[in-house]
Amino acid sequence: MSRRLLYRLIQALVVLLVLSFVIYGLIGLMPGDPIELMAAGSPHMTAEDVARLKALYGVGTPLIPRYLHWLGSALGGDLGYSRLTGLSVLKTLGPPLGHTMALMFSSLIVAMLIALPLGVVAAMRHRRLADHTLNLAAFAAISLPTFWVALILIMIFSVSLAWLPTSGVETPGGGGVVDRLRHLVLPVAALALLSFGHYLRYMRAAMIATLREDWIRTARAKGASWMRVATHHALRNALVPVTTILALDFGSLFSGVVVTEAVFGYPGTGKLIFDAIMGNDYNLALAALMLATATTLIGSILADLAYSLLDPRVGFR
Amino acid sequence: MSAAPALLLSRSAFGRLTNHGPALIGLVLLVLLVIAAASAPLIEHAFGIDATSIDLLAMLSGPSAAHPLGTDEVGRDLLSRLLRGGQVSLGVGLLTALVAAAIGTVIGVAAGYRGGLLDAVLMRFTDGIIALPLLPLLIVLGALDPAKLGLNPDIFKSNFAALARIVIIIALVGWTTVARLVRAATLTIRVQDYVRSAEAMGAPPLRVMVRHILPNVVSPLIVATTLSVGNIILLESALSFLGLGVQPPIPSWGNMLTAALEQMSSNPSLAMWPGVMIFVTVLAFNLVGDGLQDALDPRGTRRN
Repeated sequence: MSRRLLYRLIQALVVLLVLSFVIYGLIGLMPGDPIELMAAGSPHMTAEDVARLKALYGVGTPLIPRYLHWLGSALGGDLGYSRLTGLSVLKTLGPPLGHTMALMFSSLIVAMLIALPLGVVAAMRHRRLADHTLNLAAFAAISLPTFWVALILIMIFSVSLAWLPTSGVETPGGGGVVDRLRHLVLPVAALALLSFGHYLRYMRAAMIATLREDWIRTARAKGASWMRVATHHALRNALVPVTTILALDFGSLFSGVVVTEAVFGYPGTGKLIFDAIMGNDYNLALAALMLATATTLIGSILADLAYSLLDPRVGFR
Repeated sequence: MSAAPALLLSRSAFGRLTNHGPALIGLVLLVLLVIAAASAPLIEHAFGIDATSIDLLAMLSGPSAAHPLGTDEVGRDLLSRLLRGGQVSLGVGLLTALVAAAIGTVIGVAAGYRGGLLDAVLMRFTDGIIALPLLPLLIVLGALDPAKLGLNPDIFKSNFAALARIVIIIALVGWTTVARLVRAATLTIRVQDYVRSAEAMGAPPLRVMVRHILPNVVSPLIVATTLSVGNIILLESALSFLGLGVQPPIPSWGNMLTAALEQMSSNPSLAMWPGVMIFVTVLAFNLVGDGLQDALDPRGTRRN
């Protein structure tokens, strides 16, 4: 098992390395020259300063040596400075990552708590009214544009009813735990609605497939009640593929995070990436994108790990 | 199986599709949406409205005889802009799905049929693309400087090139699902007797792929492509909403919502309609895709 895990980790590192080159190349194709932008923003910089900085960051040198130079400093823990904040990239990345994790895990838990039980209900009432209704609701949730849901939530709960704040993570000046939670409600609701439909459909499909297995029929034949078969025998097995898909879904959840954070002005990693790209903050955009990619890769490794831990038939080969 | 009939939905598959209640609803919605978008010029002519004329005296007006759904923040007719936005969103969605399906099919068939090193390289490449965070990547691609790619930035001033740019950037990252499905289907087909016999008779690989493999991966291809249209429309609208997709003055449902953001408290209906249109369109494609999945299932009877 540990050998397989090691192999997966090495594979993920190789993929990350290749993707870092792709992302580095793409960021270099964005408009503007970071040094010129910096010079334009600070009048006391002389032409010599500009030349020195260009030499330092390797602007003007071909892509591959420039990339290797960046990779070398990045591996040494030096990701450069952010143009937007003036702080080092590592310091800039920290707080938003915490905010995004709070947002993603809250919405993951909310979506799971609602969608998984309903998915089981739909599967047990397969092709009856409850199933059709839940399935249609799941399709509706999948088809909703997240940014529009976010807008509507703000319109109803912040503008009309004035119950909840429109944006940010806390009231300026700080407001304690309750204040932070109040700021989380709407972004979590928007993001959870996006995941709800997918999770319900995964759970339903897995449960329907499991209920068709021979050993379910055996359990029924031996006199176990339908309810007991579903909860004791089928559910545990149906959760195996669902867990895997949830971990794999982490990457697509991140796309929703970008949009949600942009609409709610929620200062997380998603908004950071957006602001960095729009503000020509190359160092920051590069590092934040790498972070998002690494998160997706970790999700796929966790999916693999969960699958082998949960299903004794698979084993971590 | 010969090539031609497989390309069309068989009569029984079409029957199963229309028997599938939600899919039928989706199909009807799609037909209505396409008719509405296509008849935009007729509707505009009937009401004497158009999508571009600015009327500062009629800003943010409510529904009236002259403007059935009212006007936006610079007095442009909302109905007309919704219909024109629909042409853009449907057109970009369908075209992108086709381009992505074409890329995915070529990669999937090549990887599945040739196998070996080519398969390994192509599939690791696909995994790599899947590992990239999709929307941030699209934001980067949307923000790229055409001049640094050696393109003249002026070409994007034409509407056609501006829309083609969006089709290309979404298709570049959107082909992975099709590639995986087509590869999986190819793997099961390439060991069939009719493929073996074609190879034994000396058919060149390209001919085997085009004549024997391709017609038999059409079913999963149709399903995946239909289901992808909804996702692509969601991506395009999110990208346009963030200001990196379809750019004003070309109306799209996404960029209409960006403008509506500022009028949110005073004119909520501006934010309502484009969102409803996106939702209905994406839902319709998803319902039809799901119905097709059941209808084209070789086992024929699966319905869930």
